[in-house]
Amino acid sequence: MLAPMKYAAPATVEEARALLAADGGARVFAGATDLIPQIRAGRPEPSMMIDLKRIDRLSGIARAGSTWTIGAATPTADIVAHAGFAAEFPGLAEASGLIGSDQIQNRCTWGGNLVNASPAADTPPALIVNDAKAVIASAGGERTVAAAEVATGPGATCLGADEIIVEFTLASPPPRTADAYLRLIPRTEMDIAVVGAAARVTLAPDGAVTAAAVALGAVAPTVVRVPDAEAALIGGPLTDDALEAVAQAASAACRPIDDKRGTVAYRRRVAGVLARRAVAIAADRAAADQRGASS
Amino acid sequence: MTVTESRPESSSEPPAARPRYRFVGTRPVRHDGLDKVTGRARFAADCDLPGQLAGCVVRSPHAHARIISIDTGEAEAMPGVKAVISGGDFPAVAPGDPNYDMGVNLMARDRVLYEGHAVAAVAALTTDQARAAAAAVRVEYEPLPPVLTIDAALDPAVGAIHAHMFTSGADPAPTEPSNVSQLTNFARGDTEAGFAAADVVIEREFTTQPVHQGYIEPHAVTADASQDGKATVWCSSQGHFNVRAQTAAMLGWETARIKVVPAEIGGGFGGKTTIYLEPLAVLLSAKAGRPVKMVMTRSEVFRATGPAPGSKFRVKLGARSDGTLTAGKAQMAYSSGVFPSYAAFLGAWTVFESYDIADFEVEARNVVLNTPRSAAYRAPSAPMSALATETVVDELAQALGIDPIEMRLRNAVSEGAINTLGAPFPRVGFTECLEAIRDHPHYGAPLGPNQGRGVAAGHWFNIGESSSATVNLNEDGTATVVTGSPDIGGSRASMALMAAEELGIDVYDITPVVGDTESVGFTDITEGSRATFATGMAVVEACRRVVADLRGRAAKMMGVDVSEVDWADGSAVHAGGEHDPLPLAAITAEAKKTGGPITVTGSLDAKGVGPSFAVHLCDVEVDPETGVVQVVRYTAAQDAGTAIHPSYVEGQIQGGAAQGIGWALNEEYIYDGDGVMENPGFLDYRVPVASDLPMIDAVIVEVPNPNHPYGVRGVGETSIIPPLAAVANAVAAATGRRIRDLPMSPVRVLDAIVNSGSDSTDSSSSNG
Amino acid sequence: MSRVHVTCTVNGDETEFLCDGGQTLLNALRDELGLTGAKEGCGTGDCGSCSVIIDGRLTCSCLVLAPEAQGAAVLTVEGLASGDDLHPLQQSFLEGAALQCGVCTPGILMAAAALLDRNPDPTETEVRYGLAGNLCRCTGYDKIVRSVLAAADSQRTTSQRTNTEETA
Repeated sequence: MLAPMKYAAPATVEEARALLAADGGARVFAGATDLIPQIRAGRPEPSMMIDLKRIDRLSGIARAGSTWTIGAATPTADIVAHAGFAAEFPGLAEASGLIGSDQIQNRCTWGGNLVNASPAADTPPALIVNDAKAVIASAGGERTVAAAEVATGPGATCLGADEIIVEFTLASPPPRTADAYLRLIPRTEMDIAVVGAAARVTLAPDGAVTAAAVALGAVAPTVVRVPDAEAALIGGPLTDDALEAVAQAASAACRPIDDKRGTVAYRRRVAGVLARRAVAIAADRAAADQRGASS
Repeated sequence: MTVTESRPESSSEPPAARPRYRFVGTRPVRHDGLDKVTGRARFAADCDLPGQLAGCVVRSPHAHARIISIDTGEAEAMPGVKAVISGGDFPAVAPGDPNYDMGVNLMARDRVLYEGHAVAAVAALTTDQARAAAAAVRVEYEPLPPVLTIDAALDPAVGAIHAHMFTSGADPAPTEPSNVSQLTNFARGDTEAGFAAADVVIEREFTTQPVHQGYIEPHAVTADASQDGKATVWCSSQGHFNVRAQTAAMLGWETARIKVVPAEIGGGFGGKTTIYLEPLAVLLSAKAGRPVKMVMTRSEVFRATGPAPGSKFRVKLGARSDGTLTAGKAQMAYSSGVFPSYAAFLGAWTVFESYDIADFEVEARNVVLNTPRSAAYRAPSAPMSALATETVVDELAQALGIDPIEMRLRNAVSEGAINTLGAPFPRVGFTECLEAIRDHPHYGAPLGPNQGRGVAAGHWFNIGESSSATVNLNEDGTATVVTGSPDIGGSRASMALMAAEELGIDVYDITPVVGDTESVGFTDITEGSRATFATGMAVVEACRRVVADLRGRAAKMMGVDVSEVDWADGSAVHAGGEHDPLPLAAITAEAKKTGGPITVTGSLDAKGVGPSFAVHLCDVEVDPETGVVQVVRYTAAQDAGTAIHPSYVEGQIQGGAAQGIGWALNEEYIYDGDGVMENPGFLDYRVPVASDLPMIDAVIVEVPNPNHPYGVRGVGETSIIPPLAAVANAVAAATGRRIRDLPMSPVRVLDAIVNSGSDSTDSSSSNG
Repeated sequence: MSRVHVTCTVNGDETEFLCDGGQTLLNALRDELGLTGAKEGCGTGDCGSCSVIIDGRLTCSCLVLAPEAQGAAVLTVEGLASGDDLHPLQQSFLEGAALQCGVCTPGILMAAAALLDRNPDPTETEVRYGLAGNLCRCTGYDKIVRSVLAAADSQRTTSQRTNTEETA
């Protein structure tokens, strides 16, 4: 380290953006649970670490009408513990509660999980099936981007050099709608997903699937949506055949690699298994959703 | 603090099989416990000296390369840098020199031999300055092809890593250098006749990958070299006398110039029986004229310290229809990293050691690779050899329709059986361990869907070696017991318990101390499960001489002949009863008048080790669609001889089982094609976490070792031997698939479930 | 070299220290404040040996920058006991032989304390998952899990007794 890393804790988004714009080597962070290990592993050290946690707007969980707003620097532990949020988005809460240990979840955030742009990240597939939007502060004001559009490749995002994700918005799910997230890791905790699968299902009162979303993590450079699985579900009841079609479609949608955590063949097969299981769990939850009972 | 006031009494009655003791077999709070739950205990990295510098090692990015040049000029000119060293600063070592392997391993000379190999080291005012300077040391390499697999090492067409290494033990003596460093052969009887007499013969191949001990405390050292040519070294190790000897040898110094002060040790499991940083820190300190502290990162621990070898075996066993094993044949290879080791010898010794097999032949090769030099890991070589034997025994039992414990009972070695080396076994408790598992409620408990149960056994011979202990009686009747064995997992408490038993004073009136190399007699490394056995013997020896001294002094005080004075319950007792008993404190209070301070040293080279056996029982549940294996129930029985402190005996059993489970399921070194380690961290080198494991029911079997004053056998190592096979046998029971390549990761298990047909008959034959 | 001045509370004491912007809190606790109870086992948040509680949240101090502690209340293992009274977890770890080498113990005690604060009556499974971020290589976790459960029991018994006394 030739010049010691600087630390800044701006109080406003604009201050943070100004710092970022002024120093090309600066990095914003909230939990730093990916950033510090990456620096230790030999990535170039930022010239300045800009701590976003002192910006009020970036932390917190709020619901206004049918819109949830989650600060981009909110620790995922808070999201997991938020009973109202977890009741509406059980799968997204599950994904948020699977990242590392309790220690990590007290620090890590959706914003960091998304912009770190690891293909294996846990929350992006669950954010994507719920059609989450990222609100990004830019030089010209703010722009809103679908969570699915943020990561463009491993370690790469659509964010400009001086842009910061401020918050996420999510619409409350319609009645008889629920999500689920499953991941495969070799141990029970503390691993990176070998495969991740998120699903969201909406059921008609007669049990027919009226809407479905399936997304896979760790099987391609970015999260993969599985339209064929969604098409196989929509319009009919959740039969074993439909679930098998989900599995087939998920396996077919994968573009995985062989690496130290898994093989192409393993990821492909298990993506199908997890997608099928996630859809089944989401559908069970949707069927149990009392908000739709009267309709 | 309130701890020493709440002295929990023994929570378990000692078994009737051995004498009842007042202290031995109870469970007092360990003497060093309070410091370890309050953060006060000082481990290696917790030592700081005024004016100390930070040291940092420059490591090779190549698995094999010639060093063309090392330019330290830029680094030396950087801010805060006080010293830079490289291979040329150490005494030259020639190939064949006894110090060659360790010397070259500490610091590369003309070549780097594995990724992470040290090539230079820097000391600077701050850690950041040291790291920056290390990055500025310019090393020019000419990459050489690395040898990375056992198959490659065994291939005569692949060039030898060491031009001076010829296979030892080969007959005739080889004329070409080889990557096979050593060959071990054991044979007895007529193996072919033995297989011909068998009704079923099964032959299988097994592979395992290198695994790391995974101690949580990285290696760390602080060294202070003074201008009179002496140095003091603070570090954690499994034996500070060994650190002293090795550091002196590496520097070419006389032993007396170095003092090693043991810090608390944050786990070792065999991995801290050798040195990596100490001579570097001493040399940097001598060059800079200031103390130097060096702490490894976790990545350095994985890349540059010694894992356990990988292995590749072919094992064949034959049995008659009644279950009697008739013959065995084993062809084994262990990869010990870049330098030779005893791995193959130990594997050859242990592979058939548990069973009374009339005819066998074993051939074991130790091979070298461009990977880190392997180090001891808890019962070195035996977990791999037991994986092979215990899997094939399980398959034989299955083929013959015999209960797996019954199969083992029929063949288990017992007193008088001749071991692999040709010596008779003393009294051992293998049968008792098998019976303990057979009779345990776990053995017959129902299993759920996708669950399977496996059993496996393990044996370790244990070792004795040299130990010293000094017992000082204090004026008030308390005692200090100083030994040279680091306390890795409760040995202070064990020493205090044995001393309390001998002296007859309370265990908390004894202060057990781990002395530095200048305050206690020579003591060998804590290895081979020897600390409680051998250092315990030295403590008992010293205490008995203290008691003899106390009796003499009491006789003086009573005015009687010493032959009339006995020692009982902490008091000198006059045989005739004419004098009141003199408690120990009454004698120490008068020590000045009866001959001066009471201090005694016991030193010995311990003989009469008691071999140890263990039998483990494992239930797993396998997800048939993902291959994920979860251990759902685990019971481990082990013969401790006598459990001095049962809690820490259980702890050794549980800890070894957990390490073995990790080895079986997920732990492995992963290298890319260039020999660069891909998983040098706890994220992808997956040791078990708390949620991966069930409770581990530790069943202590006590068949006392007749050659130890309290019957101790040593318990540290045997517990890691059975789990590999116990888990593999359980997975086989759950899935119908035998997986013989470790680790049994989800990828491998699912592949076995999906892709292989029933393989239970391949390469097995029936003679009947 | 410009250093950052940090004012915070450590184990209840008002504390000031100087640190570099990129220095970790673990490093500051150990090297600037001499609190060596928290250990560095990995430096990447994978072993939990450096666990401390910051403003009530369990964190790996190796993944926290020291300047972030400005204004925070930091609790380390050195502050777990109240004067001479050990925390129930410390007591139960001693009596339950829940440590062997002891190097992971400070981190595990902090994780267990955070767990019991959040969930005073955990199941065995909840304890295991609550401690999943803390590696122990010596014990196989058995005695650790039992000791956490025992401490939870004793804490509940104590607080029930206190409640009863208060209502009486």
